[in-house]
Amino acid sequence: MASSKRVNSVLWAAATVAVIVLAAVIYAWRPTIAPITPPAPSSFDPALVQRGAALAALGDCNTCHTGSDGRTFAGGLPIPTPFGTIYSSNITPDPKAGIGRWSEAAFSRAMRDGIDREGRYLYPAFPYDHFTLVSDADNHALYAYLMTRQPVEKTAPPPELPFPLNIRMVMAGWNLLYLKTGPFKPDPNHDATWNRGAYLVEGLGHCGACHTPRNWLGAERRTDFFGGGDAEGWHAFTINAASQSPIPWDEASLYSYLRTGFHGLHGVARGPMAPVVGNLGTVDDKDLHAMAIYVASVMGKPEAAREANAKKLAASVRTTGNGTIPQSGGIQSVTPAATDKAEGAAIYATTCATCHESGRPVPYGGIGLQLSSAIADSSPRNLINVILNGVPAADGTKGPMMPGFGDVMNDKQIDALVNYLRGHFGAKPAWSDVPNEIAAARAEIAHAQTISAPAPSTTGTNAPPKPGNAGKTQP
Amino acid sequence: MVSLTVNNRTHELDVEPDTPLLYVLRDELGLHGAKYGCGLGQCGSCTVMVDGKAVFSCVTPIALLDGKTVTTVEGLGTVEHPGPMQAAFIKEQAAQCGYCIAGMMMRAQALLLHDPHATEADIRAALEPHLCRCGTHMRILRAVHQAAEMMRTQTASIAPANAAPASIAPAGAKHTGS
Repeated sequence: MASSKRVNSVLWAAATVAVIVLAAVIYAWRPTIAPITPPAPSSFDPALVQRGAALAALGDCNTCHTGSDGRTFAGGLPIPTPFGTIYSSNITPDPKAGIGRWSEAAFSRAMRDGIDREGRYLYPAFPYDHFTLVSDADNHALYAYLMTRQPVEKTAPPPELPFPLNIRMVMAGWNLLYLKTGPFKPDPNHDATWNRGAYLVEGLGHCGACHTPRNWLGAERRTDFFGGGDAEGWHAFTINAASQSPIPWDEASLYSYLRTGFHGLHGVARGPMAPVVGNLGTVDDKDLHAMAIYVASVMGKPEAAREANAKKLAASVRTTGNGTIPQSGGIQSVTPAATDKAEGAAIYATTCATCHESGRPVPYGGIGLQLSSAIADSSPRNLINVILNGVPAADGTKGPMMPGFGDVMNDKQIDALVNYLRGHFGAKPAWSDVPNEIAAARAEIAHAQTISAPAPSTTGTNAPPKPGNAGKTQP
Repeated sequence: MVSLTVNNRTHELDVEPDTPLLYVLRDELGLHGAKYGCGLGQCGSCTVMVDGKAVFSCVTPIALLDGKTVTTVEGLGTVEHPGPMQAAFIKEQAAQCGYCIAGMMMRAQALLLHDPHATEADIRAALEPHLCRCGTHMRILRAVHQAAEMMRTQTASIAPANAAPASIAPAGAKHTGS
């Protein structure tokens, strides 16, 4: 009978699906690793802990694993992804909320395979696709460092992901496609220093997590290695042979930039790169040199024409010598007259030039904008972010800063300025999407303001919206 | 000519386009509340509100401001009738030397206009760009909380008072009424 046939085929389909799901679950199943009694901090060798501290700085662990309440490694930072918001986990040795009951084997498995102690799949917002390269010895030191931190009992909110991504086991499929497990294999064609740099940059440093573009499933497109990517509303610059930087990078400039957070011929690390260089400023000299050597080799030697142009550019920048003390505005350089009548030119001359043509070297003055990577970049987003927000002062250390102009310039003024800077200093074709990018950058700032205040409780839910905030719009 | 409304009075100003707003306020309009600190947008003592947002007036050229509305600390109230922010700062005696205080008040005012229920964390974050070397920080925080409370309970006085005192009539600037 027709109806029983239909019932039959439905049953068959259901059974097939059930078998596939069962097979997938069996494939994806990972066992729990037995909990341990949190080890006493004194049971770890201090020298090992110190090594772990340096590695944790290199891996930039604190940046994602610290929420807006500032409790280091206690997690809870919202990480926006194209798929939804994920909250970083607590990696303090708290037995309930953190990793206090994780054995070293459980820690190493998380780093290598992206599986937590209880056998649950982690999301690759945690870059285990890089950390899988980390050696056992380095995991050993990292574990010792994290297990000797101050425990904080604070549970991260659950990820806000749509079906089916909210089922963690689905990540087994992603791993099958994109996770190439380690350990790191040195390239015999290069020397030990280069290989050390490659190990750190590709592994713990996870530079590609931002600087390599991602495909529609959120995996790095290895065919466009270091081709530039998106990170938290910023464009992570292209750092391969296609680098847009007006002055080509080399080993020495990369080292200095990673060490200090700025370079006189390139400018200032900002956005998500600012905390990275804050951490890298503390790492071992040899390791930082190795990383610079590796990244410089990925960029390769610039073509002769680019090099010649760079020489001209560098010579055109006049500074009054390192160590010049920042002078107050009263004795800033005289503002140059606007070279043309365009609105953008007038805004540059009246607003930007007093610092950017002051003759003071970075970090005491702004760089000459003909050197700006943001103006030369394929995307206007970083330039817009800096105009809107400025470069906030670094905490507790001397460094470059710039006031933001987002509250005083309207979108039309910013659009005019951005287009002028691009044409005049970048000498490149105009960007096509400036108004949209300005709107997106403003929205991102407004959103950051609504989530910047720490949630009042640690119950794992989002704080309710504050009264009076609803319906606020940017002017 | 730049048209600028300061504390509810509109002025037509004939100044060089790169003149910082701070100089216009102090030298052209005789409003000395906003202070010159670093001149680089790094200390906050020159802060005023432009269209309800806190800005560093020392790095804001007048060219950007045509048609905009500026509120300075003088616009928050008068000696006889201080606005809530001023009353709270007086009550808490939140000034020592006072040089940074006008800037602090304008930043706090802009915050509370935007978010009347600002938390302690919000206030601390907002005032972060402001330097004070005397050390009345805790009093300043208490004053801002108190101003928020006063503004919430007397909503009528939230709007900046129409209060540039007549005695500081701007020299060298033409009035076109308010």
